[in-house]
Order: sequence, then C-alpha cells, then structure tokens
Amino acid sequence: MKRTIPLMITFIVGISLILAIFIPHDPFHGLDSNFSIFYDVIAVFAFILGGGNLLKVHLRKIQDKRLDWKYSIVTVSGFGLMLGAGLLKIGVDGGWSGDYQGAGGLFNYLYDAAFQPLQATMFSLLAFFVASASYRAFRAKTREATILLVAAFIILIRPTPLGYYLTFWLPKPLQFLHIPNLSTWVLSVPNMAGQRAIMIGIALGIVSTSLRLILGIERSYLGSEGKG
Amino acid sequence: MEGQAILTTPLANTIGVWIGAFLTLMIFSFLYRDNPFYKFAEHLFVGISAAYWMTVAFWTTLIPNLFARLWPSHMGGVLPSAVGNEREWQYVIPLVLGLILLTRLVSRIAWFSRWAMAFVIGFAAGTNFTRYLQSDFVSQIQSTMVPLYEPGAGVGAAIGGIFSQLVIVGGVICAIIYFYFSKEHKGGFGKAARVGIWVLMAAFGASFGYTVMARISLLTGRMSYLIQWVSGANW
Repeated sequence: MKRTIPLMITFIVGISLILAIFIPHDPFHGLDSNFSIFYDVIAVFAFILGGGNLLKVHLRKIQDKRLDWKYSIVTVSGFGLMLGAGLLKIGVDGGWSGDYQGAGGLFNYLYDAAFQPLQATMFSLLAFFVASASYRAFRAKTREATILLVAAFIILIRPTPLGYYLTFWLPKPLQFLHIPNLSTWVLSVPNMAGQRAIMIGIALGIVSTSLRLILGIERSYLGSEGKG
Repeated sequence: MEGQAILTTPLANTIGVWIGAFLTLMIFSFLYRDNPFYKFAEHLFVGISAAYWMTVAFWTTLIPNLFARLWPSHMGGVLPSAVGNEREWQYVIPLVLGLILLTRLVSRIAWFSRWAMAFVIGFAAGTNFTRYLQSDFVSQIQSTMVPLYEPGAGVGAAIGGIFSQLVIVGGVICAIIYFYFSKEHKGGFGKAARVGIWVLMAAFGASFGYTVMARISLLTGRMSYLIQWVSGANW
C-alpha cells in the first residue's frame, strides 16, 4: 500500500502518456490533455497544502511563543486578509460572478498597495547583492573569468549611451566591433552555442531520470520507505 | 458595491500609495542591517503571497476545471457559462487525489499523499520524456546543423555567416564534450573541453549581464515610485 501502489501509479501514468504519442486512438487519445488538467487541479491542492502548512507552522509558533512569534501574527493576518478578500470577492463589482481581480475589490487593492510593492522591492534588493557578486566575478584573474567579464560587460553597456559612443567612430570594415553589433553577435552566437549545449545536456538528463522514475528505479520521492 | 465605492476613492488611492511606500522602505532598510521593520515586511510578504497564489489558483483552475465539470448546474452564480454542461465524472480522480494530497497535514496518515505525488511524478516523467526529446534534444541539434553558406549574401556577410555558424557548431560540440565525464579530459579531448568551458563562460556572462539589467530595472522602478510618492505625484 505504501510503496507498491505509488510505484504502480507512476508507471501506469508515465507509460500511458508515452504510448499516447505513438497511439493517437482511444483509449489513449486525449489522455495528455485530460491528465494535464488533472495535474493542474492537484497542483491547486498543493497550493492549499502549502497554505495549510504555513498556518500550521505559524500558529504553533504563536501558541508556543517561540522566538519572533509576534511576526507570525503578521504572516497569519496577512494570509487571512488576502485569502478572505480573494475568495469572498469583497468589494468586487458583480458579486459572485464578478472578476475576483476587478478594480475596486479589496483583493485588487491589497495587490496594488502591498503585494506588488513588496515583491518588486524584494527582487530589486538583489541588485545590491548582484553588485557585490559582480565585484568578485569581474576580477579577471583567469582566462575563463575574463571571458565572463567581457561577455557580461558587452551585454550590460549595450542599452546605455556609453555603449554607442564608445565605438560609433569605428570605420565601416570594423563596424562588427561596434558594441550594439558585438552584443547581438555575443547573444546569437557564443551564448546560443553554450545555451544549446546546456539544453541538450538537460534534455538527456530529464529523459534518463524520467525513465528511471517510470520504471521504479528512482524512488526517492517516496521518502525513506522508498528504499529497497 | 459599497466596498467598491470606498476603495476607488482618491483617499483610498493615497492610503494605498503610502502603504506601498512604507513597505518599500521597510524592505530597503535591510541594506543597513536586519531589523524589526524588515522582519515585519518580510513576514507580511510571506502571508500575502501565499494567499495571493492560492486565490489565483482557486479561481482560475479549481472552479473552471474541477467544480464546473463535476457540478455544472451549481455554478450559476459563479460561472454562468458552465450551467447546462454535462457532468464529467472522470474529474472525480483529481478531486480524490487532491484530497489525498492534503493528508500530508495529518502525520498519522501522511503516507497516503504519496499516491497523489506518484500521479504528479508519473505525469511529469511521461510528458517530459517525449517533450524534451523533441524540443530540447532533436530540435536543438537540427537548428545547429544548418548549411554554412547561404547563397545571395555578399562576400563580407557570407564570411561572417560561415564564421558564426562554425563557432556555433564547434561551440556546441566542445561544450557537450566538457559535460562528458566518462573519459578523462586529456589531449585533444581535453583541449576541446577547455574550449567548451570558454563557450559556457560566454553564455554565463550574457545571462549574468541580463540578470543584472533586470534587477537594476526593478530597482529603478522602485526608486521612481518613491520619488513620485515624495513629490505627491501618485497620491
């Protein structure tokens, strides 16, 4: 029950989807799109599970008055307010059949006033850390680091006026060295070659891992009881 | 309806802008050091974002793809277009698997959730097996193996095109060689792997440049928001 049934489910679902590519007739016809919707629905339950787990962890923290428990009240309150506003469609024009993200709704208001500024600022904060990482990465100590530095520099200065004025005076035969042209070349040639090699490598890795999962060789998703 | 009227007033807009500005400053305060303001904003972000994605998933997936298929006649108030559709019984399967997934919250029966996980893993393995073979393996090789010379181009463009194409083909082969660890990287093989590293470094440099640009663009956006807030332009 704990091990055999999950392995059987993985095998049947995986093999059916591979067969559906080669046998586009019933009972395999349309299996891909049906399973895709099943997958989306289960993913929503995973979101619910995540929300439930978040509540469980923070409520326990508040109950036990553990370190920084007061901030957990902020998390739980924010979660409850946003969820209530969205699920109950508070303030939305048209009631239950209205758009949950409609203008004037509390959900939309909270999105604009809190979620969007928080998310954008949180990610923009990374600009400062990237700057410090750049300092380390841009010390051209080896040939590899120099190539990284040159490629990143060309891409970075391309959209700036400096990128244009630095090389616009080059004669026509050397125009391929003009920063905007060079940047396009870096992106479409060496960058593409590297990305392609990575994509081919990833594809081979995914194919082999998929096979291992379908055939039940890879069982780590079952946890510690999956061994053996 | 009353709520809508309140939240679209200029006062509500001003309050929203002030909340956004304070939250922005709270997050930026982390640049000095970890502090209670940052912790407040961080914890609020965790709660709000979890609820945001749950709500979006509920209204865009669960309602139209599950409830509207299983109970179409009950969807009159929420999704009127579903009323009159026939019930699709096969959607009991994701409902049951989804509920089984929630057993993870109860440690005594948490092992049940593996059944739902097994479906997710099987689906991902089955679709990715063929999808990645087609789109990321075969098609990438096809796109790499193209004619070196394109008739009709001028001499300069033809030479440039041939050179670029050779760099792509050679770069892809050398970078793949670098990823091959079953043979020691020595001699000609080692030299090819070395060139592969250079190609990968150029690719990483380009990606790094783009990442930096995206983050700086976000930072510029937040700074612009704060300047508008200080000047009162977006109140």
